[in-house]
Amino acid sequence: MKKNYLFYTLFLLTAGMALAYASSELQEGDAMAQPPGGEEPEDALQAFDKMMAVLTHKRCVNCHPAGDRPRQGEDSHYHNFGVRRGEDNHGLPALRCETCHQQENNNFSGVPGAPEWSLAPLSMQWEGLSRVEIARSMLDPARNGGRTLEETVRHLTEHELVLWAWEPGVDASGTPREKPPVPKDEYIKAVKAWAEAGAPIPEE
Amino acid sequence: MKISFNINGTPQEVDADGNTPLLWVIRDVLDLKGTKFGCGKAACGACTVHVNGEAVRSCSYAAKFAEGKNITTIEGLATGDGLHPVQQAWMEEIVPQCGYCQPGFMMATAALLEKVPNPTDQDIDDNIVNICRCATYYRMRKAIHRAAEIKNANT
Repeated sequence: MKKNYLFYTLFLLTAGMALAYASSELQEGDAMAQPPGGEEPEDALQAFDKMMAVLTHKRCVNCHPAGDRPRQGEDSHYHNFGVRRGEDNHGLPALRCETCHQQENNNFSGVPGAPEWSLAPLSMQWEGLSRVEIARSMLDPARNGGRTLEETVRHLTEHELVLWAWEPGVDASGTPREKPPVPKDEYIKAVKAWAEAGAPIPEE
Repeated sequence: MKISFNINGTPQEVDADGNTPLLWVIRDVLDLKGTKFGCGKAACGACTVHVNGEAVRSCSYAAKFAEGKNITTIEGLATGDGLHPVQQAWMEEIVPQCGYCQPGFMMATAALLEKVPNPTDQDIDDNIVNICRCATYYRMRKAIHRAAEIKNANT
């Protein structure tokens, strides 16, 4: 009985040490598989999904309309007061975007604002396009303002008017505006991962 | 915070919270009561003033943005002894009814005429989108055309 107990104890100790060793090897292996940042590289098409979930959101598309009338609100209705694009995408001669929209949100009046508040040029209309069509237009210098991929990425990840989407303030009734469905840092990471992978666009 | 700007040609410095709407600085600090509060949401245009010559809804314009700018209110629209063409036309056409919204309309019109000297009816409809509860729009349209005539005759 005593001999069996000793054997059993030795077996458990040995098995425990083996498991502990195997576990430490596994952790080292995982760590080595990761890039220096400690995160796995993002699959390009997963990144595309995340990026387009943002770019097809109303916070973006409302100011990338098809035609000369901006849209507004959670239901993307035509902008109140018959607001129009104008020659420079900043409104009509005496009804400019800046007549109401300033450099930052005004949470007293509920009027949103950010630097360079304006409509996207007509060549960059996204309203009515599929996400694949939007992606193609973003990569087409004839429609994207002559931007290189690097410049497009910079616009998508650094431009204050684009990033306003995550700080959209409140509407006229004081209700917070809806933000895009992907957190800002995840979106920025996805845009860069997609571009670094060669900006692939899936067939849909 | 201290905010410095020119208003109706006079330098001013006010001490106010930078996020105070410019409207309240104009009315309550500087005691210029011609600019009106209507909706507080940049929708009705009763609070329209000029900032560096551009029509701006002052209820939705943080006072801090006025730093270094030239502000014009209805009190400063006329220069010299004469009325501004918009004021003259407004009187000729007897536009106001209750009158509350009229300063905003007149400031918006003055800004329009600087950009579009001979506005068409469509230009007026597109650019002057203020709201008048008395519905004086028909008389205002006539006054805007008349103001354009007076202004063009003077220049």
